[in-house]
Amino acid sequence: MTLLAIFGVISSAIFSGTSLLYTTLGEVVDERAGIVNLGLEGVLLVSASSGFAVTSLSGSPYIGILVAMLAGGLMNMILGYLVITRKANQLASGLALMFCGVGLSALIGKSFVAVKIHSLPRILLPGLEGLPRLYTSLFKFDPLIYLVIPMAVLVWWLLFRTRWGLGVRAVGENADIAYASGRNPRVIRYQALFVGGMLAGLGAAHLSIAYAMNWTEYMTAGRGFIAVALVIFSKWHPLRAIVGALIFSAAVAFQLLLQSSGVQISPFLLDTIPYLLTLIVLIAWGGNRKHAAPASLGRVYQGSE
Amino acid sequence: MLKINAVAPKLPLIQNKTILLVIRYLYMILLAFLLFGVILLISKKDPIQSYRDIFTYTLGSSYGFSEVLVSMIPMLITALAVALPARVGLINVGGEGQLYIGAAFATFGALTFPNLAAWLLLPLMIILGMLGGALWAFIPGYLKAIGLVNETITTLLLNSVAPKIIGFLIFGFWHSALDTVKTPNFVPAARLPTFFGTRIHLGFFIGLVLLVIFWAFMKYTRWGLEMRAIGNNAQAARRNGIPLKKYLIVVMCAGGALAGLAGMSQASGFYGVLLLNFSMSLGYMGFMISWLAGGEPLGILLMSFVIAVIFTGGNLLQLTRGVPSSVINLLLAFTLFVVLARPSLSRGKKS
Repeated sequence: MTLLAIFGVISSAIFSGTSLLYTTLGEVVDERAGIVNLGLEGVLLVSASSGFAVTSLSGSPYIGILVAMLAGGLMNMILGYLVITRKANQLASGLALMFCGVGLSALIGKSFVAVKIHSLPRILLPGLEGLPRLYTSLFKFDPLIYLVIPMAVLVWWLLFRTRWGLGVRAVGENADIAYASGRNPRVIRYQALFVGGMLAGLGAAHLSIAYAMNWTEYMTAGRGFIAVALVIFSKWHPLRAIVGALIFSAAVAFQLLLQSSGVQISPFLLDTIPYLLTLIVLIAWGGNRKHAAPASLGRVYQGSE
Repeated sequence: MLKINAVAPKLPLIQNKTILLVIRYLYMILLAFLLFGVILLISKKDPIQSYRDIFTYTLGSSYGFSEVLVSMIPMLITALAVALPARVGLINVGGEGQLYIGAAFATFGALTFPNLAAWLLLPLMIILGMLGGALWAFIPGYLKAIGLVNETITTLLLNSVAPKIIGFLIFGFWHSALDTVKTPNFVPAARLPTFFGTRIHLGFFIGLVLLVIFWAFMKYTRWGLEMRAIGNNAQAARRNGIPLKKYLIVVMCAGGALAGLAGMSQASGFYGVLLLNFSMSLGYMGFMISWLAGGEPLGILLMSFVIAVIFTGGNLLQLTRGVPSSVINLLLAFTLFVVLARPSLSRGKKS
């Protein structure tokens, strides 16, 4: 195995991990406000397809990214209407949102299959200018990749260092007490869902506009569900989500490495490694999981009339 | 968006609760169809013509109706696979994975013993399918029972793993000589018998019988009573001497066994072959149906019928109107949204 192959694998792991991290951050915000969004898969699909469509139509990836974020936020508003205003079950509403996203994205993306777009510029990782060209092409990343860690810090700052974040966490722990202390749980949950949806939209935009640079039906292939698992893995903490996404993409990279080095294992089995690893880490960390989860996660806020 | 309830006056003429309920559901489905009609209009299809197509096909022709019943089968059984664990408070979102593993186990039976007589091979495949699903559900059930990991998350993760195992088995060992994405066709003895010259297979009657058994089991047996006790208050049930852990594991496995049976019936009854990614969200659909029906057997029957009509009709639209196949997910989603949002006809309290 050559050094080039190893670098290639690391590079592709960074690319695939980025969209996952944005999505996970979005779900962290949702769940901190007490809402499990199982429909993340659908949100991602709609964001990815609409972002891609707009990029293709307008010729600007930045407008595409904006639209993808907006689409993510709006998709989450549907969930918000169901679970906050209509007080529906969160898991069922989430799955309904997933079905909606699968259908809607197929409709949006129908005429954009196999269309070529102008993607984001790729900038070489600073400090690597001396490497041969073969290597530098692997370490040219788009701006969204450079922004993902700062974004995690930003989400952490929002959640843990601002009044708004305090409100979100308070609502997630106990909506009634948050209400008693003068906050409006419904409004805060809507806001958190919108922010979470925009973050997920950013992840989806990275997937379709910057990474794959095309649109195919059901291109997210389960990322939404992985993000939901990674949130638990990272104990509802934005900074630990970085670790979670890193471990997951490392597992993906490891699996790619094994494949490229010609190990005689079925690629199908190798594909299961990331999921099984996530499961194993969840089991290993399982004991004190309960203390980390927002206390009213998944519960319906009945309000106080 | 859906706040029509504020305008609609109370209907004093209709007192009967069931009639009201039926009217409410019809009204909700009508709303969903209206929403989907807008989508059809946007994509430049004639909604009225499309709906006429759907209904004349699914409910107006005997062949279409039989197709509705055929697509009902896996939905019925996967919904039960969710409803049973739900009675002890377990949220089984893993029907999808359990269905795949069940189908794989059943396929193993079909491919290993092709020379057995049908009366021996089919029960064997059913048992294998249920065993596969149960084993797949044992992992989340056990992890939940010892208090380590929440079953929602484990079942979701395992859902992503199961189809890959199927892929591994098909590519590595079972694929037919011509095609690498499916196994060779099952021998006739490994196919569930079909009826009335349609594609309705034995799975339909198995599903109906299971529905009745489920109802009777919950109502008349000690275990049903104890399960309801756990579902109402797990800690109180445990203090009353009900073996909580054992129930959690066994019931989860039973749910998995049902989903595995659904997988077996799809592979043996519907396709007659094991395909890569054959399920297409049947497990999730089962979850939705069970949830919409509140886990009640009769409700499951009705809801899976409605969803099956939508699905069969959607497949028709794909053929005749050139709508992309996944767009029918939108009609399903709108139906679910409307039911979840529970708009009521009357101004009174929402149920």
